[in-house]
Amino acid sequence: MGSSPYTVAAIVAVTLVTVVIGAYGLRMARTTSDFLVASRAISPTWNAAAIGGEYLSAASFLGVAGLVLKHGVDVLWYPVGFASGYLALLLFVAAPLRRSGAFTLPDFCEVRLRSRRLRKLATAFVLFIGWLYLVPQLQGAGLTLATVTGSPYALGALLVGGVVTANVALGGMRAITFVQAFQYWLKLTALAVPVIFLALHWQATDRPPVTPVGGTTFPRATTVVVERPATLTFPDGATLEVGHGERLEFAVGTPVPRVSGVDAEFGGDWLLPGDRHREDGGLFGTYSLILATFLGTMGLPHVLVRFYTNPDGAAARRTTLVVLALVGLFYLFPTLYGVLGRIYTPHLLMTGETDAVVLLLPGAALGSGLLGQLLGALVAAGAFAAFLSTSSGLLTSVAGVLSTDVFGRGGMAQPGSVRGFRISAVLAGAVPTLLALNVFGLDVSQVVGMAFAVAASTFCPLLVLGIWWRGLTDVGAAAGIVAGGGASVLAVLVTVAGPPMAPWPATLIGQPAAWTVPLSFLVMLVGSALTRRRVPADVGTTMLRLHAPEPLRPEPDRPRTAPAAGVRTAGTVKA
Amino acid sequence: MATKRAQPPTRTRVVLGELRQRRSAGERLAGDRVELSEPSGVGDALVRGLVRAQLVLALRLTLVVAVGLGGLPLLFVVAPAAGTARVFGVNVPWLLLGLVAYPFLVAVGWAYVHLAERNEQQFTAVVRRPER
Repeated sequence: MGSSPYTVAAIVAVTLVTVVIGAYGLRMARTTSDFLVASRAISPTWNAAAIGGEYLSAASFLGVAGLVLKHGVDVLWYPVGFASGYLALLLFVAAPLRRSGAFTLPDFCEVRLRSRRLRKLATAFVLFIGWLYLVPQLQGAGLTLATVTGSPYALGALLVGGVVTANVALGGMRAITFVQAFQYWLKLTALAVPVIFLALHWQATDRPPVTPVGGTTFPRATTVVVERPATLTFPDGATLEVGHGERLEFAVGTPVPRVSGVDAEFGGDWLLPGDRHREDGGLFGTYSLILATFLGTMGLPHVLVRFYTNPDGAAARRTTLVVLALVGLFYLFPTLYGVLGRIYTPHLLMTGETDAVVLLLPGAALGSGLLGQLLGALVAAGAFAAFLSTSSGLLTSVAGVLSTDVFGRGGMAQPGSVRGFRISAVLAGAVPTLLALNVFGLDVSQVVGMAFAVAASTFCPLLVLGIWWRGLTDVGAAAGIVAGGGASVLAVLVTVAGPPMAPWPATLIGQPAAWTVPLSFLVMLVGSALTRRRVPADVGTTMLRLHAPEPLRPEPDRPRTAPAAGVRTAGTVKA
Repeated sequence: MATKRAQPPTRTRVVLGELRQRRSAGERLAGDRVELSEPSGVGDALVRGLVRAQLVLALRLTLVVAVGLGGLPLLFVVAPAAGTARVFGVNVPWLLLGLVAYPFLVAVGWAYVHLAERNEQQFTAVVRRPER
């Protein structure tokens, strides 16, 4: 796809609207509490759309369709897992967490276990997970801008990093809520509208089969320029060695050859579950992925912050249910892009750059006329909305933790200042931007999956045991976080920077959740049982706070007036 | 049920720092309510009961999802025929994972919200009128 003027205009428009809504929110943000938790005056529907907008990242918008194009039905566990994470959040965390009054994960440690040291440990993991998740977002932005406009890679990463940092630093969270809600609907539209046209086109052209009998074929004459030496294998068994710079012409209806070094499914296997060719470990890998996504969502730093904006526990539950529905609705579409990409953009199977399928499909199927260009611009705008919204949410929470726990003195009693939050936002944005500019070749979906695995191995056990088990102690919790978190972080580092491994250890390291999550739970349980004397004396009171419905709680609220400046960031609203 | 959930619940102020100091004074409320925060009293037993009821509910629904959705990869391995069957011209795994999974998750979530609120209403009713 060449650079279309509409695409550039659409990306500029999305970025501008994000900045303008941010500025509009800035004028409305008057007090510190407005700034940081949007005064809890946001309706569940707005809040749910904002949560959805924040959650659907580059991995959801681009990565899922690319994986489906490559691997078929097996990778549908990614979107199902991403959505089911909100069910786990609803069942085990939503209402009690809101009632705890904790604003961030470190806050929860202090509310529940009264431990400053555990708070510090949690802070370190929030920063690690937040930055681990931010880097691929910025990289995705760089690659998208390079794909659709031909700009240098650094421009996209710098653009998104800069816009998001400025927006978070200047607008605070109320602005972000409006921006995020807008971006959810933009992302949904950007996938849903083109898919209608694509389906009509497919219907009108006698419904070409998704998996033709002779293997996937080129829908039109295609010229491939070889960039690195490879072996092509054709469905009839013939092989061809190609070298750098060679031009290959494929006529309409020619089967797409398999390229050595590109891991993708060809032929009918794509349609069926449980492929035997993949190196990443079949059933074990699938269950590990399900566990990571199901339990990891609740531990992502940008997800939890949002729950504080609900007025009470019951509203937190209803908001989560709406989020589950909104996210599920969204995930119906990337699958269709992957399937249609099989028909219209099979050349991506040769290059391996399947993440681009969402961006390229409208142009490839509908031609380079006005309709194809406009729809291409729409999906590019949606992709940018995905980068901007997820990065904003992550940055807000990382900056919040930085300003309270690293620059502030991290206690429940110190007021957080707006200025401190702004400085933290700049720092929180600068680190991943610099990393994104200097680290290449990380696969978006893989890194995002790693972030889920680390979150599932650290904060999931902390939250679940903290909320439901009186016996948890600070020592036990810290031991569990160190064991599960340490193991999964190590797995991340080995996967990203380590040497290639044999299939079985590669699966254990590449999809670590199936062993690191049970390890973390186990260490927390045993560690707490061994240090039973350290159970906080007020655990009964805390459990009452977490689980009793609001009408039964002591001290009815004052009439709602704007709280004075100097209100705590961390969930303590003092008179 | 003594309370109507349709009415917005009374807002409560969250005071973490002063919680322990104020609790003894602030907790005494009018009427024949059960004192919830006294350790090893009736109130404590009630809170434990509520926590257990909510946890059992959450675990049961997790089991529903674990069997209904988590059983699928195993099913496709054990019974490959299930993976090749077609409904409306679409392979069953695609239909289940691409479409049916999401309404299923929302339905389980809806059931949880409904049942969890019912548990809380029962708890509230018992606390407000312990002798009835």
